Amino acid sequence: MAVADRRVGLLMFLPAIIFIFLLIGLPLVLSMVYAFSDARIGSTSFHYVGSENFRSILQSPSFRMALKNSVVFTVAAQVIVIIASSALSIALASPFRGRRIIRFLILLPWVAPISLGAIGWKWILDSIYSVITWVLVWAHVFRPYGAPMWLGEPKLAMASVILVHCWRLIPFSTVIMLAGRSAIPKEIPEAAAIDGAGFWRTEFLINVPMMLPIINVAVLFGTIFTFTDMTVVYILTAGGPFDSTQTLPNLAFTTGIQGSDLAAGAAISLFLVPVLILIAYFMLRTAHRAEVV
Amino acid sequence: MAVVEIRNLTKVFKEGTPGAVNNINLETKEGEFLVLLGPSGSGKTTLLRMIAGLETPTSGEIRIGGDVVNDLSPRERGIAMVFQSYALYPHLSVYDNIAFPLKAQKVPRNQHKQKVEWAAGLLGIGKLLGRKPRELSGGERQRVALARAIVRQPKVFLLDEPLSNLDAKLRASAREELEQFHSRVQTTTIYVTHDQIEAMAMGDRIVVLHQGEVRQIGTPKDVYDDPADTFVATFLGSPPMNLLEFSDFIVGFRPESLVPEDVIPGSAQVKFRFRVNYVEYLGAERVLYGGLEGVGSDSKEIVSRLSWTMPTGYEAGKVYDFAVAQMDLRFFDRQTGKRTNARPRPWQ
Amino acid sequence: MILRGQIQKVGDRVLQYSVLLVSAVLLAFPFYWMFIATFKQNIDLYNTDNNPFKFNLPPTLDHLKLLFFETRYVRWLGNTAFVGVLVVIITLAFALPAAYALARLTGRWGQRLGIGIFLTYLIPPTLLFIPLSRVVALLGLQDTIWSVVLVYPSFTIPFSIWLLMGFFKSIPKELEDAAMVDGLSRFEAFVKLVVPISTSGILTVVIFTFTLVTQEFVYALTFISPESQQMVGVGIPIFLVRGDVYFWGSLMAACLITSLPIAFLYNMFLDRFIAGFTVGAIK
Repeated sequence: MAVADRRVGLLMFLPAIIFIFLLIGLPLVLSMVYAFSDARIGSTSFHYVGSENFRSILQSPSFRMALKNSVVFTVAAQVIVIIASSALSIALASPFRGRRIIRFLILLPWVAPISLGAIGWKWILDSIYSVITWVLVWAHVFRPYGAPMWLGEPKLAMASVILVHCWRLIPFSTVIMLAGRSAIPKEIPEAAAIDGAGFWRTEFLINVPMMLPIINVAVLFGTIFTFTDMTVVYILTAGGPFDSTQTLPNLAFTTGIQGSDLAAGAAISLFLVPVLILIAYFMLRTAHRAEVV
Repeated sequence: MAVVEIRNLTKVFKEGTPGAVNNINLETKEGEFLVLLGPSGSGKTTLLRMIAGLETPTSGEIRIGGDVVNDLSPRERGIAMVFQSYALYPHLSVYDNIAFPLKAQKVPRNQHKQKVEWAAGLLGIGKLLGRKPRELSGGERQRVALARAIVRQPKVFLLDEPLSNLDAKLRASAREELEQFHSRVQTTTIYVTHDQIEAMAMGDRIVVLHQGEVRQIGTPKDVYDDPADTFVATFLGSPPMNLLEFSDFIVGFRPESLVPEDVIPGSAQVKFRFRVNYVEYLGAERVLYGGLEGVGSDSKEIVSRLSWTMPTGYEAGKVYDFAVAQMDLRFFDRQTGKRTNARPRPWQ
Repeated sequence: MILRGQIQKVGDRVLQYSVLLVSAVLLAFPFYWMFIATFKQNIDLYNTDNNPFKFNLPPTLDHLKLLFFETRYVRWLGNTAFVGVLVVIITLAFALPAAYALARLTGRWGQRLGIGIFLTYLIPPTLLFIPLSRVVALLGLQDTIWSVVLVYPSFTIPFSIWLLMGFFKSIPKELEDAAMVDGLSRFEAFVKLVVPISTSGILTVVIFTFTLVTQEFVYALTFISPESQQMVGVGIPIFLVRGDVYFWGSLMAACLITSLPIAFLYNMFLDRFIAGFTVGAIK
């Protein structure tokens, strides 16, 4: 490759790298610096405090609840999403009339801004005016005013948060699975049909293994979206009731920005890093193994 | 007993458009290697897929082993198919690929190993059983595909242009292997190809298809020496048969029939004045391109093939005395293109 | 035997349609709900005895009027659009050359860097927002829309590079080789040849960058406090609430009006996105 080419390439490439370095790399380092300091909003003092922040947040019950919830919400959501989107991608695979419209409808949760979808759900799950409540009362499952507060009771609030996350992710996951499914050469399921495999055998023994790399990608992205998301919890429950839906990102925000304790906020958000590294690792491995003939 | 019978089979993909397969009738003979030959768009693959059960016919009947199979799914038909791309399951080992049909048909577990090894032995791939498809060469993949097909001992083999993905050198040896394989297992085989050389080399009988219709069914000799119409005459043989058009009939003769006058005994000669425009030297033979003088349209290109044993020295730009043996002439009706009886020659 | 096959086929179809219908209803229901709430009179809306699925009283435009004339909704839309346009321009300026360089010019290094860029996309705003809030304050951009104009490209650029890389890779390099043999420099070949034929890829990046901007929440919430400067994704859930009172009618109207155009745009370009996504991911 010509030397001139290489130089031009570097020049074309450098601005983006510099930008990313300045706005992602540096802040990342800064995050770690803050975590070990006593920075606060509005104060100019800045001292190294060792692992003081980590010690205090690890003792905080809010933090432990947030950590637990982040993991629980993420895992639960992924499981539900994978099952639902698998079924949906099978249903969408063969052509049918009205496919475009159905696809449009199915995609809505993903394309709408997260905050707007969340607030829509807040209305649907409202303690008094919830449509779910109305239907259940109408079906005589509950007495009037006897329905639970969907966002007001800890277990139900957790379920609601997981529900909204799933609602958002299923379209995304389905689209990815569909893409993986259409990448399977059509002669392979035909060969399986001739070999005698019925629908389920073809599905589980042939299609799914061939789609595994892309399913992997869907799970990894879904995990990141759920684990690092703050918006759904912030709007739906603000972490309540009594911290039962508190998550790491949300806690980082309320502590760091609303509570002005930058250092503690940074420390909390750093707990996201191990999971991200794990995900990055699996992502890279998948990319290599995805060279399926 | 005929293994596969096709009666009045038609397939129309979109209403109002001409059918991909139009009213086809044919019957295989037990154990034969039947070739479906035709250019792309002739319907040969559609026909094969209907026999396999991957496409539903618009009308007509398909029987396998005497039973009507129109409404049966592929796995209920007792057939095996090898696809153009071989369609090996990429995530399974060779062993598991071959064993897959056995598992799917619920053959008892304890029989699997023996059957797989039998099939693998038949194709000489015993040592490849642990590998994955992506580690195999093109020829090896073909053998695995065949093993997977034979392991269930089907009534019919269907092969969809399995050699076309191989490069030219490999194709010849793979073809030979297929021929040997067929003589070993003797299963009725229907083989689709657009390559007329493959068809001639491998087929017991050839079904020549064009635009969804059968033009001729016959042995290689039948379709080559006695073509039923101009399409068959020009599709088989390369370079194709020379055709001369007259008012209401067409005369044809193959390039290898057009030879120097002296080679043919005088009584049988049909003489031509052959002007050579261009000579190709191909080692074992020479191909002369030119035109015939005094025979209506001089501009029509006529080809002569001379084997290396024939007289040499023919040069571009000169005219020579060539001839065709009377019995090598073929006559076709101008309107329909179909074969007719001999006619008097208007150019002499 | 004939009957069994046909019953199976009909059964499969029924199952397929059921799954599709149920999914479509469950996933799209909140939007239907937004639609109803937008036009329902408050007396109807807040009466728990009324059937919520239909209009018990005639529909009203009151909520829409409130939204457009008595809140800053229109202003937020304007802010978001303005930011969107600027961010798109910035993103293209950085990402186009970078993606090209990575796709063509950097060999093995290029592969690694490409993966590196992809990985930066995995670093979430909820990790960076605290230090970035300080950076923004330091630069004096706090509480202005310029804060997000600066920060949004940090996630739109990696995403766009990744999309465009896959796209450029699908263009045969003989094209530029021929141009360079004819006398163009590499950069000229890029600008005059490659960019013009990449319009569909560029358009896809534009659409997706714009939708990413409109969907963003965390940074806008963190950097911008005044209502008049806020983005639509933050303004609606935060400022359409007066104290503890939620103006649900107007709230839902805002959600609906904002979501639908984005949905339409997204759908039009989805196939393109999938192609880029799968090429980029499986690389």
